[in-house]
Amino acid sequence: MRIRFKLDGQDVEVDVKHTDTLLKVLKDKIGVGSVNFGCGEGSCGACMVLINGRLRYSCLTLAGYVDGKEVTTVAGLARDGELSEIQKAFLENDAAQCGYCTPGMILTAKVLLEKNPTPSDEELFDALAGNLCRCTGYIPIINAIKSVAKR
Amino acid sequence: MGVKGEVAKLRGRGIAAICYPTGMNLGGDPSQTVIVAQPDGTFVVNVASVELGQGLRTVLAQIAAEAIGASVEDVEVRFGDTQLAPHDTGTFASRTTHRMGNAIIKAGQEVRQILLDVASKILEVSPQDLEIRNGKIWVRGVPDKSLTVREVASQAQFVYNTPVVGKGHYVKPKSLVDPDTGESDPHSTMAHGCVVADVEVDTETGEVTVLQLVTVYEVGRAINPKLVEGQIIGGAVMGLGAALRETVYPRYPQLTHQTTSFREYVLPTAGDVPKIIYKIVESPTQTGPYGAKGVGEMVANGIAPAIVNAIYDAIGVQITELPITPEKVLKALREKH
Repeated sequence: MRIRFKLDGQDVEVDVKHTDTLLKVLKDKIGVGSVNFGCGEGSCGACMVLINGRLRYSCLTLAGYVDGKEVTTVAGLARDGELSEIQKAFLENDAAQCGYCTPGMILTAKVLLEKNPTPSDEELFDALAGNLCRCTGYIPIINAIKSVAKR
Repeated sequence: MGVKGEVAKLRGRGIAAICYPTGMNLGGDPSQTVIVAQPDGTFVVNVASVELGQGLRTVLAQIAAEAIGASVEDVEVRFGDTQLAPHDTGTFASRTTHRMGNAIIKAGQEVRQILLDVASKILEVSPQDLEIRNGKIWVRGVPDKSLTVREVASQAQFVYNTPVVGKGHYVKPKSLVDPDTGESDPHSTMAHGCVVADVEVDTETGEVTVLQLVTVYEVGRAINPKLVEGQIIGGAVMGLGAALRETVYPRYPQLTHQTTSFREYVLPTAGDVPKIIYKIVESPTQTGPYGAKGVGEMVANGIAPAIVNAIYDAIGVQITELPITPEKVLKALREKH
Protein backbone atom coordinates (compact mmCIF):
# COMPACT_ATOMS: atom_id res chain seq x y z
CA MET A 1 0.00 0.00 0.00
CA ARG A 2 1.02 3.59 -0.54
CA ILE A 3 1.40 5.84 2.48
CA ARG A 4 2.04 9.57 2.78
CA PHE A 5 3.44 11.26 5.85
CA LYS A 6 5.62 14.14 6.94
CA LEU A 7 9.16 13.13 7.76
CA ASP A 8 11.11 15.87 9.54
CA GLY A 9 8.87 18.44 7.87
CA GLN A 10 9.15 17.00 4.35
CA ASP A 11 6.29 15.24 2.57
CA VAL A 12 7.17 11.66 1.70
CA GLU A 13 5.25 9.01 -0.16
CA VAL A 14 6.32 5.39 -0.11
CA ASP A 15 5.06 1.92 -0.97
CA VAL A 16 5.00 -0.38 2.03
CA LYS A 17 3.82 -3.85 2.90
CA HIS A 18 1.17 -4.21 5.57
CA THR A 19 3.70 -6.00 7.74
CA ASP A 20 6.56 -3.49 7.33
CA THR A 21 7.64 -1.75 10.48
CA LEU A 22 8.23 1.98 10.44
CA LEU A 23 11.88 1.28 11.33
CA LYS A 24 12.33 -0.87 8.24
CA VAL A 25 10.69 1.69 5.99
CA LEU A 26 12.65 4.63 7.40
CA LYS A 27 15.94 2.81 7.30
CA ASP A 28 15.79 0.58 4.24
CA LYS A 29 13.31 2.32 1.93
CA ILE A 30 13.91 6.00 2.72
CA GLY A 31 17.51 5.75 3.92
CA VAL A 32 17.19 7.57 7.25
CA GLY A 33 20.52 7.22 9.04
CA SER A 34 19.52 8.12 12.59
CA VAL A 35 17.08 5.33 13.42
CA ASN A 36 18.89 2.22 14.55
CA PHE A 37 17.88 -1.40 14.90
CA GLY A 38 18.89 -2.55 18.36
CA CYS A 39 16.58 -5.26 19.67
CA GLY A 40 13.49 -5.18 17.47
CA GLU A 41 11.19 -5.55 20.47
CA GLY A 42 11.04 -2.18 22.17
CA SER A 43 13.67 -2.87 24.83
CA CYS A 44 16.57 -0.63 23.87
CA GLY A 45 15.32 2.67 22.42
CA ALA A 46 17.78 2.88 19.52
CA CYS A 47 14.93 3.13 16.98
CA MET A 48 12.95 5.87 18.68
CA VAL A 49 11.11 8.54 16.69
CA LEU A 50 8.38 11.05 17.45
CA ILE A 51 5.00 10.37 15.88
CA ASN A 52 2.84 13.50 16.11
CA GLY A 53 5.16 14.61 18.88
CA ARG A 54 4.87 11.41 20.93
CA LEU A 55 7.81 9.16 21.61
CA ARG A 56 7.49 5.80 19.86
CA TYR A 57 9.58 2.73 19.12
CA SER A 58 9.69 2.60 15.32
CA CYS A 59 10.54 -1.13 15.52
CA LEU A 60 7.15 -1.80 17.12
CA THR A 61 5.16 0.57 14.90
CA LEU A 62 3.69 -0.61 11.63
CA ALA A 63 4.52 1.75 8.80
CA GLY A 64 0.87 2.01 7.78
CA TYR A 65 0.09 3.61 11.14
CA VAL A 66 1.96 6.82 10.24
CA ASP A 67 -0.08 7.46 7.09
CA GLY A 68 -1.12 11.11 7.31
CA LYS A 69 0.94 11.69 10.48
CA GLU A 70 4.12 13.58 11.30
CA VAL A 71 7.27 11.61 12.01
CA THR A 72 10.26 13.37 13.55
CA THR A 73 13.71 11.82 13.81
CA VAL A 74 16.62 13.35 15.69
CA ALA A 75 17.68 14.98 12.41
CA GLY A 76 14.40 16.90 12.43
CA LEU A 77 15.30 18.70 15.65
CA ALA A 78 17.88 20.89 13.89
CA ARG A 79 16.60 24.15 12.39
CA ASP A 80 18.28 25.70 9.32
CA GLY A 81 21.43 23.70 9.94
CA GLU A 82 21.59 24.75 13.59
CA LEU A 83 21.43 22.01 16.20
CA SER A 84 18.78 22.23 18.90
CA GLU A 85 19.74 23.03 22.46
CA ILE A 86 19.60 19.42 23.62
CA GLN A 87 21.70 18.24 20.67
CA LYS A 88 24.33 20.88 21.45
CA ALA A 89 24.31 19.81 25.10
CA PHE A 90 25.05 16.21 24.08
CA LEU A 91 28.02 17.44 22.04
CA GLU A 92 29.32 19.70 24.81
CA ASN A 93 29.10 16.94 27.41
CA ASP A 94 30.70 14.19 25.26
CA ALA A 95 27.46 12.27 25.66
CA ALA A 96 28.01 10.00 22.65
CA GLN A 97 30.65 7.38 22.01
CA CYS A 98 29.55 4.94 19.33
CA GLY A 99 26.38 7.00 18.83
CA TYR A 100 24.00 4.08 18.35
CA CYS A 101 21.75 5.03 21.28
CA THR A 102 22.17 8.79 20.84
CA PRO A 103 19.15 9.58 18.61
CA GLY A 104 16.80 7.80 21.01
CA MET A 105 18.43 9.39 24.03
CA ILE A 106 18.08 12.88 22.56
CA LEU A 107 14.45 12.38 21.55
CA THR A 108 13.63 10.96 24.99
CA ALA A 109 15.32 13.93 26.64
CA LYS A 110 13.47 16.37 24.42
CA VAL A 111 10.08 14.90 25.24
CA LEU A 112 10.91 14.76 28.95
CA LEU A 113 12.06 18.38 29.12
CA GLU A 114 9.02 19.60 27.18
CA LYS A 115 6.74 17.98 29.73
CA ASN A 116 8.92 18.67 32.74
CA PRO A 117 11.63 21.32 32.27
CA THR A 118 13.22 20.66 35.68
CA PRO A 119 13.06 16.91 36.26
CA SER A 120 14.28 15.36 39.49
CA ASP A 121 16.91 12.62 39.27
CA GLU A 122 14.19 10.04 39.78
CA GLU A 123 12.09 11.48 36.95
CA LEU A 124 15.12 11.66 34.69
CA PHE A 125 16.09 8.04 35.39
CA ASP A 126 12.51 6.88 34.82
CA ALA A 127 12.39 8.68 31.49
CA LEU A 128 15.69 7.15 30.37
CA ALA A 129 14.86 3.63 31.58
CA GLY A 130 13.80 2.61 28.06
CA ASN A 131 17.07 3.69 26.46
CA LEU A 132 20.08 1.43 26.79
CA CYS A 133 23.65 2.59 26.33
CA ARG A 134 26.69 0.33 26.36
CA CYS A 135 29.50 2.89 25.97
CA THR A 136 29.03 6.05 27.95
CA GLY A 137 28.03 4.77 31.37
CA TYR A 138 25.11 7.24 31.14
CA ILE A 139 26.81 9.91 33.26
CA PRO A 140 27.68 12.23 30.33
CA ILE A 141 24.12 11.78 28.99
CA ILE A 142 22.62 12.66 32.37
CA ASN A 143 24.95 15.67 32.60
CA ALA A 144 23.88 16.83 29.13
CA ILE A 145 20.19 16.67 29.96
CA LYS A 146 20.69 18.36 33.32
CA SER A 147 22.66 21.16 31.66
CA VAL A 148 19.63 21.96 29.50
CA ALA A 149 17.21 21.57 32.41
CA LYS A 150 19.18 24.16 34.38
CA ARG A 151 19.11 26.84 31.67
CA MET B 1 19.00 -12.56 58.98
CA GLY B 2 15.55 -11.22 58.66
CA VAL B 3 15.17 -11.71 62.36
CA LYS B 4 13.80 -8.72 64.22
CA GLY B 5 16.57 -6.65 65.72
CA GLU B 6 19.26 -7.76 63.29
CA VAL B 7 20.79 -5.31 60.84
CA ALA B 8 19.24 -6.01 57.46
CA LYS B 9 21.51 -3.79 55.37
CA LEU B 10 25.25 -4.22 55.65
CA ARG B 11 27.89 -2.07 54.07
CA GLY B 12 31.32 -3.06 52.86
CA ARG B 13 34.30 -1.81 50.94
CA GLY B 14 36.37 -3.83 48.48
CA ILE B 15 39.52 -3.21 46.51
CA ALA B 16 40.79 -4.70 43.26
CA ALA B 17 44.01 -3.90 41.44
CA ILE B 18 44.77 -4.71 37.85
CA CYS B 19 47.81 -4.96 35.58
CA TYR B 20 46.75 -5.13 31.98
CA PRO B 21 48.92 -5.86 28.94
CA THR B 22 48.32 -3.83 25.79
CA GLY B 23 47.69 -5.83 22.63
CA MET B 24 48.37 -9.42 21.73
CA ASN B 25 52.02 -10.18 21.99
CA LEU B 26 54.55 -12.83 20.97
CA GLY B 27 55.07 -11.35 17.50
CA GLY B 28 51.67 -12.05 16.04
CA ASP B 29 50.11 -8.63 16.19
CA PRO B 30 51.15 -6.31 13.34
CA SER B 31 49.55 -2.98 12.45
CA GLN B 32 50.26 -1.08 9.25
CA THR B 33 49.11 2.22 7.79
CA VAL B 34 49.53 4.54 4.84
CA ILE B 35 49.19 8.31 5.06
CA VAL B 36 48.42 10.04 1.77
CA ALA B 37 48.42 13.81 1.17
CA GLN B 38 45.41 15.15 -0.71
CA PRO B 39 45.64 17.75 -3.50
CA ASP B 40 44.66 20.50 -1.05
CA GLY B 41 47.52 19.56 1.27
CA THR B 42 45.43 17.84 3.91
CA PHE B 43 46.18 14.26 4.93
CA VAL B 44 44.24 11.03 4.96
CA VAL B 45 45.39 8.29 7.33
CA ASN B 46 44.20 4.93 6.04
CA VAL B 47 43.75 2.30 8.72
CA ALA B 48 41.98 -1.04 8.84
CA SER B 49 41.26 -0.48 12.54
CA VAL B 50 37.69 0.36 13.45
CA GLU B 51 36.20 3.32 15.25
CA LEU B 52 33.52 1.88 17.51
CA GLY B 53 33.05 4.74 19.90
CA GLN B 54 36.36 4.51 21.71
CA GLY B 55 37.61 7.64 19.96
CA LEU B 56 40.17 6.16 17.60
CA ARG B 57 39.34 8.64 14.83
CA THR B 58 40.37 11.50 17.09
CA VAL B 59 43.32 9.88 18.84
CA LEU B 60 44.94 8.58 15.65
CA ALA B 61 44.46 11.98 13.98
CA GLN B 62 46.20 13.63 16.94
CA ILE B 63 49.10 11.18 16.70
CA ALA B 64 49.40 11.64 12.92
CA ALA B 65 49.30 15.45 13.21
CA GLU B 66 52.01 15.38 15.85
CA ALA B 67 54.25 13.05 13.82
CA ILE B 68 53.81 14.98 10.57
CA GLY B 69 53.85 18.44 12.07
CA ALA B 70 50.43 19.14 10.59
CA SER B 71 47.39 20.78 12.18
CA VAL B 72 45.07 18.17 13.62
CA GLU B 73 42.11 19.61 11.68
CA ASP B 74 44.00 18.86 8.44
CA VAL B 75 44.16 15.13 9.23
CA GLU B 76 41.34 12.71 8.52
CA VAL B 77 41.46 9.10 9.67
CA ARG B 78 39.65 6.76 7.28
CA PHE B 79 38.68 3.30 8.38
CA GLY B 80 36.14 0.61 7.80
CA ASP B 81 37.38 -0.88 4.53
CA THR B 82 40.20 -3.40 4.78
CA GLN B 83 40.68 -3.29 1.00
CA LEU B 84 41.67 0.37 1.12
CA ALA B 85 44.12 0.18 4.01
CA PRO B 86 47.13 -2.01 4.74
CA HIS B 87 46.91 -4.87 7.18
CA ASP B 88 45.86 -4.44 10.78
CA THR B 89 45.37 -7.42 13.06
CA GLY B 90 42.19 -5.91 14.44
CA THR B 91 40.53 -3.60 16.92
CA PHE B 92 40.69 -5.60 20.13
CA ALA B 93 42.99 -6.29 23.10
CA SER B 94 43.14 -2.56 23.94
CA ARG B 95 45.69 -2.38 21.17
CA THR B 96 44.77 0.22 18.58
CA THR B 97 46.08 3.43 20.14
CA HIS B 98 49.35 1.68 20.93
CA ARG B 99 49.90 -0.51 17.87
CA MET B 100 48.36 1.65 15.16
CA GLY B 101 49.61 4.77 16.90
CA ASN B 102 53.18 3.50 16.60
CA ALA B 103 52.64 2.62 12.93
CA ILE B 104 51.22 6.10 12.29
CA ILE B 105 54.21 7.79 13.92
CA LYS B 106 56.51 5.98 11.47
CA ALA B 107 54.30 6.88 8.51
CA GLY B 108 54.01 10.46 9.74
CA GLN B 109 57.77 10.77 10.04
CA GLU B 110 58.12 9.70 6.40
CA VAL B 111 55.61 12.35 5.38
CA ARG B 112 57.41 14.93 7.53
CA GLN B 113 60.71 14.19 5.79
CA ILE B 114 59.12 14.58 2.35
CA LEU B 115 57.62 17.91 3.41
CA LEU B 116 60.95 19.13 4.76
CA ASP B 117 62.74 18.10 1.54
CA VAL B 118 60.21 19.96 -0.62
CA ALA B 119 60.19 22.99 1.67
CA SER B 120 63.97 23.11 1.47
CA LYS B 121 63.68 23.43 -2.32
CA ILE B 122 61.07 26.18 -2.03
CA LEU B 123 63.05 28.11 0.58
CA GLU B 124 66.47 27.20 -0.85
CA VAL B 125 67.86 26.06 2.47
CA SER B 126 69.01 22.71 3.80
CA PRO B 127 66.24 20.48 5.25
CA GLN B 128 68.26 20.29 8.49
CA ASP B 129 67.70 24.02 9.00
CA LEU B 130 63.92 23.71 8.93
CA GLU B 131 61.40 23.29 11.70
CA ILE B 132 57.89 21.90 11.25
CA ARG B 133 55.11 21.99 13.81
CA ASN B 134 51.36 22.65 14.08
CA GLY B 135 50.87 23.10 10.35
CA LYS B 136 53.79 25.44 9.74
CA ILE B 137 57.33 25.07 8.33
CA TRP B 138 59.99 27.70 8.92
CA VAL B 139 63.75 28.24 8.83
CA ARG B 140 65.05 27.75 12.35
CA GLY B 141 65.22 31.13 14.05
CA VAL B 142 62.99 32.85 11.47
CA PRO B 143 59.49 31.78 12.53
CA ASP B 144 57.78 34.83 11.01
CA LYS B 145 58.71 33.70 7.47
CA SER B 146 56.85 30.40 7.53
CA LEU B 147 55.15 28.24 4.91
CA THR B 148 52.06 26.27 5.74
CA VAL B 149 52.27 22.49 5.71
CA ARG B 150 49.24 22.50 3.44
CA GLU B 151 50.87 24.62 0.74
CA VAL B 152 54.07 22.58 0.89
CA ALA B 153 52.15 19.30 0.65
CA SER B 154 50.16 20.70 -2.24
CA GLN B 155 53.18 22.12 -4.11
CA ALA B 156 55.05 18.84 -3.62
CA GLN B 157 52.44 17.17 -5.78
CA PHE B 158 51.77 19.86 -8.37
CA VAL B 159 55.13 21.62 -8.73
CA TYR B 160 57.73 19.08 -7.64
CA ASN B 161 55.95 15.91 -8.82
CA THR B 162 56.58 14.28 -5.47
CA PRO B 163 54.01 11.90 -4.01
CA VAL B 164 53.48 12.78 -0.35
CA VAL B 165 52.91 9.32 1.04
CA GLY B 166 54.16 7.76 4.25
CA LYS B 167 53.90 4.15 5.28
CA GLY B 168 54.42 2.76 8.73
CA HIS B 169 54.20 -0.51 10.58
CA TYR B 170 54.58 -1.81 14.08
CA VAL B 171 54.78 -5.21 15.66
CA LYS B 172 55.96 -6.27 19.08
CA PRO B 173 58.87 -8.58 18.25
CA LYS B 174 58.56 -12.17 19.35
CA SER B 175 60.36 -12.93 22.56
CA LEU B 176 61.44 -16.50 23.28
CA VAL B 177 61.89 -17.85 26.77
CA ASP B 178 65.52 -18.10 27.83
CA PRO B 179 66.00 -21.84 28.52
CA ASP B 180 68.42 -21.17 31.39
CA THR B 181 66.72 -18.37 33.26
CA GLY B 182 63.13 -18.68 32.08
CA GLU B 183 63.16 -14.98 31.27
CA SER B 184 61.26 -13.51 28.37
CA ASP B 185 59.81 -10.18 27.30
CA PRO B 186 56.25 -11.28 26.68
CA HIS B 187 54.41 -7.98 26.52
CA SER B 188 54.98 -4.57 24.99
CA THR B 189 53.64 -2.59 27.92
CA MET B 190 51.46 -2.93 31.01
CA ALA B 191 48.78 -0.49 32.11
CA HIS B 192 47.66 -0.44 35.74
CA GLY B 193 44.59 0.36 37.72
CA CYS B 194 42.86 0.15 41.04
CA VAL B 195 39.18 0.15 41.95
CA VAL B 196 37.58 0.71 45.34
CA ALA B 197 33.91 -0.24 45.56
CA ASP B 198 31.49 0.64 48.36
CA VAL B 199 28.40 -1.54 48.49
CA GLU B 200 25.31 -2.09 50.57
CA VAL B 201 23.91 -5.61 50.84
CA ASP B 202 20.31 -6.16 51.84
CA THR B 203 20.48 -9.41 53.79
CA GLU B 204 16.73 -9.91 53.58
CA THR B 205 16.37 -9.61 49.80
CA GLY B 206 19.95 -10.39 48.76
CA GLU B 207 20.07 -7.25 46.68
CA VAL B 208 23.44 -5.53 46.26
CA THR B 209 23.60 -1.77 45.73
CA VAL B 210 26.86 -0.24 44.63
CA LEU B 211 27.11 3.11 46.37
CA GLN B 212 30.32 4.40 44.90
CA LEU B 213 33.19 3.37 42.65
CA VAL B 214 36.54 5.08 43.05
CA THR B 215 38.93 4.24 40.24
CA VAL B 216 42.44 5.23 39.31
CA TYR B 217 44.17 4.17 36.09
CA GLU B 218 47.75 4.51 34.92
CA VAL B 219 47.47 4.82 31.16
CA GLY B 220 50.97 5.73 30.04
CA ARG B 221 49.99 8.97 28.41
CA ALA B 222 46.41 10.09 27.91
CA ILE B 223 46.61 11.22 24.28
CA ASN B 224 43.10 12.62 24.70
CA PRO B 225 42.15 12.84 28.40
CA LYS B 226 38.47 13.51 27.64
CA LEU B 227 38.22 10.28 25.65
CA VAL B 228 40.04 8.35 28.37
CA GLU B 229 37.49 9.68 30.87
CA GLY B 230 34.72 8.43 28.60
CA GLN B 231 36.32 5.00 28.50
CA ILE B 232 36.69 4.94 32.29
CA ILE B 233 33.06 5.82 33.06
CA GLY B 234 31.68 3.55 30.36
CA GLY B 235 33.93 0.69 31.47
CA ALA B 236 32.89 1.13 35.08
CA VAL B 237 29.22 0.77 34.22
CA MET B 238 29.91 -2.18 31.93
CA GLY B 239 31.81 -3.81 34.80
CA LEU B 240 28.91 -3.05 37.13
CA GLY B 241 26.51 -4.80 34.77
CA ALA B 242 28.80 -7.81 34.53
CA ALA B 243 29.10 -7.93 38.32
CA LEU B 244 25.43 -7.75 39.23
CA ARG B 245 23.16 -8.39 36.27
CA GLU B 246 24.35 -9.60 32.93
CA THR B 247 24.45 -13.25 32.00
CA VAL B 248 23.70 -15.45 29.01
CA TYR B 249 23.02 -18.41 31.30
CA PRO B 250 21.22 -20.71 31.86
CA ARG B 251 22.14 -22.56 28.70
CA TYR B 252 20.67 -25.75 30.11
CA PRO B 253 18.84 -27.94 29.60
CA GLN B 254 19.00 -26.53 26.09
CA LEU B 255 20.82 -23.65 24.42
CA THR B 256 17.44 -22.08 23.72
CA HIS B 257 17.13 -21.36 27.44
CA GLN B 258 19.85 -18.74 27.30
CA THR B 259 18.89 -15.10 27.55
CA THR B 260 17.86 -13.80 24.16
CA SER B 261 16.67 -10.26 24.78
CA PHE B 262 17.33 -7.18 26.87
CA ARG B 263 14.37 -8.15 29.05
CA GLU B 264 16.37 -11.12 30.34
CA TYR B 265 19.91 -9.90 29.71
CA VAL B 266 19.63 -6.89 31.96
CA LEU B 267 21.96 -3.99 31.21
CA PRO B 268 22.32 -1.20 33.73
CA THR B 269 20.17 1.82 32.87
CA ALA B 270 20.69 5.47 33.75
CA GLY B 271 19.29 5.09 37.26
CA ASP B 272 21.60 2.19 38.17
CA VAL B 273 24.80 4.17 37.91
CA PRO B 274 26.55 4.88 41.22
CA LYS B 275 28.76 7.82 41.95
CA ILE B 276 31.99 7.25 40.01
CA ILE B 277 35.18 9.03 40.99
CA TYR B 278 38.15 8.60 38.69
CA LYS B 279 41.70 9.74 38.31
CA ILE B 280 44.11 9.31 35.42
CA VAL B 281 47.78 8.77 36.21
CA GLU B 282 50.34 9.18 33.45
CA SER B 283 53.59 7.25 33.35
CA PRO B 284 54.64 7.22 29.69
CA THR B 285 55.89 3.91 28.32
CA GLN B 286 58.89 3.87 26.00
CA THR B 287 57.16 1.49 23.62
CA GLY B 288 53.99 3.56 23.26
CA PRO B 289 53.08 6.33 20.83
CA TYR B 290 54.09 9.40 22.87
CA GLY B 291 53.96 7.05 25.86
CA ALA B 292 50.37 5.81 25.51
CA LYS B 293 49.14 2.43 26.72
CA GLY B 294 45.86 0.62 26.09
CA VAL B 295 42.87 1.64 28.21
CA GLY B 296 39.75 0.03 26.75
CA GLU B 297 39.35 -3.27 28.57
CA MET B 298 41.17 -2.63 31.82
CA VAL B 299 38.57 -0.08 32.89
CA ALA B 300 35.82 -2.73 32.87
CA ASN B 301 37.81 -5.59 34.34
CA GLY B 302 38.56 -4.41 37.86
CA ILE B 303 34.99 -3.47 38.77
CA ALA B 304 33.49 -6.90 39.45
CA PRO B 305 36.38 -8.12 41.65
CA ALA B 306 36.17 -4.94 43.73
CA ILE B 307 32.43 -5.43 44.16
CA VAL B 308 32.92 -9.10 45.10
CA ASN B 309 35.43 -8.05 47.74
CA ALA B 310 33.14 -5.32 49.04
CA ILE B 311 30.35 -7.88 49.45
CA TYR B 312 32.79 -10.12 51.31
CA ASP B 313 33.61 -7.20 53.58
CA ALA B 314 29.91 -6.59 54.16
CA ILE B 315 28.59 -10.11 54.78
CA GLY B 316 31.68 -12.29 55.18
CA VAL B 317 30.92 -14.48 52.19
CA GLN B 318 32.98 -14.62 49.01
CA ILE B 319 30.76 -14.99 45.95
CA THR B 320 32.71 -16.79 43.25
CA GLU B 321 30.37 -16.65 40.29
CA LEU B 322 29.06 -13.69 38.31
CA PRO B 323 26.61 -12.10 38.12
CA ILE B 324 26.02 -11.65 41.83
CA THR B 325 22.26 -12.06 41.83
CA PRO B 326 20.13 -11.70 44.99
CA GLU B 327 19.59 -15.49 44.89
CA LYS B 328 23.32 -16.15 45.08
CA VAL B 329 23.75 -13.71 47.96
CA LEU B 330 20.89 -15.27 49.94
CA LYS B 331 22.17 -18.78 49.24
CA ALA B 332 25.67 -17.82 50.35
CA LEU B 333 24.30 -16.24 53.53
CA ARG B 334 22.28 -19.36 54.31
CA GLU B 335 25.31 -21.61 53.83
CA LYS B 336 27.34 -19.38 56.11
CA HIS B 337 24.83 -19.61 58.96
